[in-house]
Amino acid sequence: MIAAGLADRLAAITGPDGLITDPVRLRTYECDGLTYHRATPAVVVLPETAEQVAAVVRACHRAGVPFVARGAGTGLSGGALPRADGVLVVTSRLRRVLSVEPENRRAVVEPGVTNLAITEAAAPYGLYYAPDPSSRQVCTIGGNVAENSGGAHCLKYGFTVNHVLAVELVTPEGEIVWLDTMDPGYDLLGAFIGSEGTLGIATKIIVRLTPEPEAVTTLLAAFPDVESGGRAVSAVIAAGIVPAAIEMMDALAIEAAEAAVRCGYPAGAGAVLIVELDGPAAQVVAEHERVVALCRESDAFELRVAEDPALRAAIWRGRRAAFAAVGRISPAYLVQDGVVPRTALPEVLAGIEALSARYGVRVANVFHAGDGNLHPLVLFDDGEPGAGARAEAVSAEILDLCLAHGGSITGEHGVGVDKARHMPKMFGAADLDTMQLLRCAFDPAGLANPGKIFPTPRLCGEVPGVRRAPHPLVASGEAELF
Amino acid sequence: MDPELIDDCVHCGFCLPACPTYALWAEEMDSPRGRIHLMKQHVEGTPLTPEMAGHFDACLGCLACVPACPSGVRYDRLIESARAEVERAHRRPAAERAFRALVFGLFPYPRRLRALRLPLRAATAARPWLRPLLDRLPPRLGALAELAPPLPRPIRLPARVPARGERRAVVGVLTGCVQREFFPAVNAATVRVLAMEGCEVVVPAGQGCCGALSAHGGRTAEAARFARRTIAAFERAGVDTVVVNAAGCGATAKEYAELLAADPEWSARARRLRFADLAEYLAELGPVAERHPLPITVAYHDACHLAHAQGVRAQPRESLAAIPGLRLREVPDAAMCCGSAGTYNLFQPAAARELGDRKAANVLSAGADLLVSANPGCTMQIASAVRRGGRDIRVAHTAEVLDASLRGLSPAALGRPGPGAAEEERRS
Repeated sequence: MIAAGLADRLAAITGPDGLITDPVRLRTYECDGLTYHRATPAVVVLPETAEQVAAVVRACHRAGVPFVARGAGTGLSGGALPRADGVLVVTSRLRRVLSVEPENRRAVVEPGVTNLAITEAAAPYGLYYAPDPSSRQVCTIGGNVAENSGGAHCLKYGFTVNHVLAVELVTPEGEIVWLDTMDPGYDLLGAFIGSEGTLGIATKIIVRLTPEPEAVTTLLAAFPDVESGGRAVSAVIAAGIVPAAIEMMDALAIEAAEAAVRCGYPAGAGAVLIVELDGPAAQVVAEHERVVALCRESDAFELRVAEDPALRAAIWRGRRAAFAAVGRISPAYLVQDGVVPRTALPEVLAGIEALSARYGVRVANVFHAGDGNLHPLVLFDDGEPGAGARAEAVSAEILDLCLAHGGSITGEHGVGVDKARHMPKMFGAADLDTMQLLRCAFDPAGLANPGKIFPTPRLCGEVPGVRRAPHPLVASGEAELF
Repeated sequence: MDPELIDDCVHCGFCLPACPTYALWAEEMDSPRGRIHLMKQHVEGTPLTPEMAGHFDACLGCLACVPACPSGVRYDRLIESARAEVERAHRRPAAERAFRALVFGLFPYPRRLRALRLPLRAATAARPWLRPLLDRLPPRLGALAELAPPLPRPIRLPARVPARGERRAVVGVLTGCVQREFFPAVNAATVRVLAMEGCEVVVPAGQGCCGALSAHGGRTAEAARFARRTIAAFERAGVDTVVVNAAGCGATAKEYAELLAADPEWSARARRLRFADLAEYLAELGPVAERHPLPITVAYHDACHLAHAQGVRAQPRESLAAIPGLRLREVPDAAMCCGSAGTYNLFQPAAARELGDRKAANVLSAGADLLVSANPGCTMQIASAVRRGGRDIRVAHTAEVLDASLRGLSPAALGRPGPGAAEEERRS
């Protein structure tokens, strides 16, 4: 659907081996980890160097063709959803670990390197890369930067933005620039991380490496219900303990994980809590005793402690597999990603349960309890007419519920295409317009991943907030106003 | 291609890092998730294009994606049915058809393999002089010639071997095709180890090919024919447990009931017969024979059809590690296929070569004297890649290492030279 001239120029940049135009092959790129939204890209390019990425972007810019960046295609908000009229720039072949510098506690990697591969490269030096999305063995660092990904251990260690020291990126006009935490002036690196591919494409990332803690202990606590588990979480945080992670799974999520990886969680649990403590050995021992006591006070009926890596991996196996494991108990599902204040957890969970009952839609709950980041999994049968729409409705109401409790529509999966329409519920028109000004500073032509984050496409140069005539895209029928 | 099995995939991508072709090319359509997407397109009405067939052909069938999948997608069944669909609906170029006919008309037939011994022996002996000619062969035929191992003398196994000491079990042994003709010492070692561990061993004549090659190649009807003959042979022998020492054969034999599902009588007969890998069976049986010291450093290679398809990873390592004096080394990136994958190195020589080179580098980095694996294809492939890199490594089957320990042999007795070694032996 793009001009043949552009395809030829792209082939000249990446070589025929790096360009996909066959319609059957193109369709395999029609969605990322969120299968609910699909669009077959006009072409796919697989560049192997930053210079090739820059040349591809320049070619798009010259031709006025939109482009979307994609890593491993595991995103859960449709951030890498292609454009039917655009180029999909896949960074999967940019996968070299360029250097590991233990003395500087940093590594320089290309965007297609997986999150786990960074930790593996750093492991010989007693270092690791802290943010750990559950998909860490497959998701790429480029995608992590784009979505400012989190993970179970973000409670103590922070998100991607806290672990990226510098990024080399290709601007939407095809220029290669570096953004660095050390840059004086505005924090452009901070703006770029989490920009979901709308401000450019990262081509090199310098990440911070963290020393492995002296001691780690992982506790699995089984509770009769989600409420008592929630009480334990609040008690732990109130006691001044900052665990490396506190994760909760409800009965339905446990059932799925059990079916998938036979994680062997205690039978009959209405909720399990995974509490991981790390740090100096003496501190871990003291905190561990305190956490065990607090769990018991909150009616935990079984406690298991893993002190060695194999047992720890066994406990985490169920949690990490939880999303995809839901495929075992349901033909299809939507993963939601809302945030609420920790104190509102019990109320919000009760609200989700009520929604589930009202719509007759099952909802499994997996969440980073420590920072109030919920991942409700809304189950449905995609073969049943109307079921998808019903699940979507439940999913949307869950976000409303989070917002009503002073929360957010996303904790770590990004806004993407999935939640763009919820942005106006969180931000006023003036806020959204201000964000557009930032976007326009990077991408005046509006070609970098258009249609993501913001509900209404807008051209730069338009006066924010004052629309005298219909938007050009609306007038041409390419977009509609909500 | 069963749409229900396709729908089990939730598109999470956890299979990507496990997939050897994704590791090579980093393209969606050469990943398990992408291939399942292609299958979905096909069942939804897209015709089977040559491009689509090419991506199914490029899959090694190593099944590393199966244990990696949290949703329990049966990729093994999906890819076999996709291959069957390719055989049915896709017309390959003439040269490719001829080569496939040659391979599938040769390997599953021990008698035909045997008939090839003399010309192969001559060709092996002449290899140094034939080298320029080999280099000019089409890559696929070149791969075939390069992989051929030096031919050992045939070993005739007795039809029944009594248990040493108290009889603890009666088991059959599947002798295979390539294993039987090219590695008869492995079968002999398997029978001896079982007997020394107290098994009465039955080696029925007329068992032939188990059908693995055909099943993995999408030739389902042919595979079912081989399966029925194998089942009948072991029923006649009066055993209910059959020990298998080749990973690919064991994986297929364990799924006979699924392969024969269309025929209730035969699938019931398949379910009555239990197939077990040698290491798996010995671990269940528990050791009784004395292990003599075997001072040697061993790198254990996971054959895909043992580790991924059968889930047998711990048992061979434990039985090797239990040998006094034996030092066991792990191969980095152990779960990644070596590129042999049944007939893959014949049909897709370039990709197989690249994977072979990667595996060879990893095996050499383990710094072992001996490479041990439970699949003849893997050891041929890795040894040939090691030699291509100008190095050498001796290879043995798990059964041979155990046999050497049980019989108190010296480590020097262990380890066949790899393919291409015959010419050097002649020179020395």
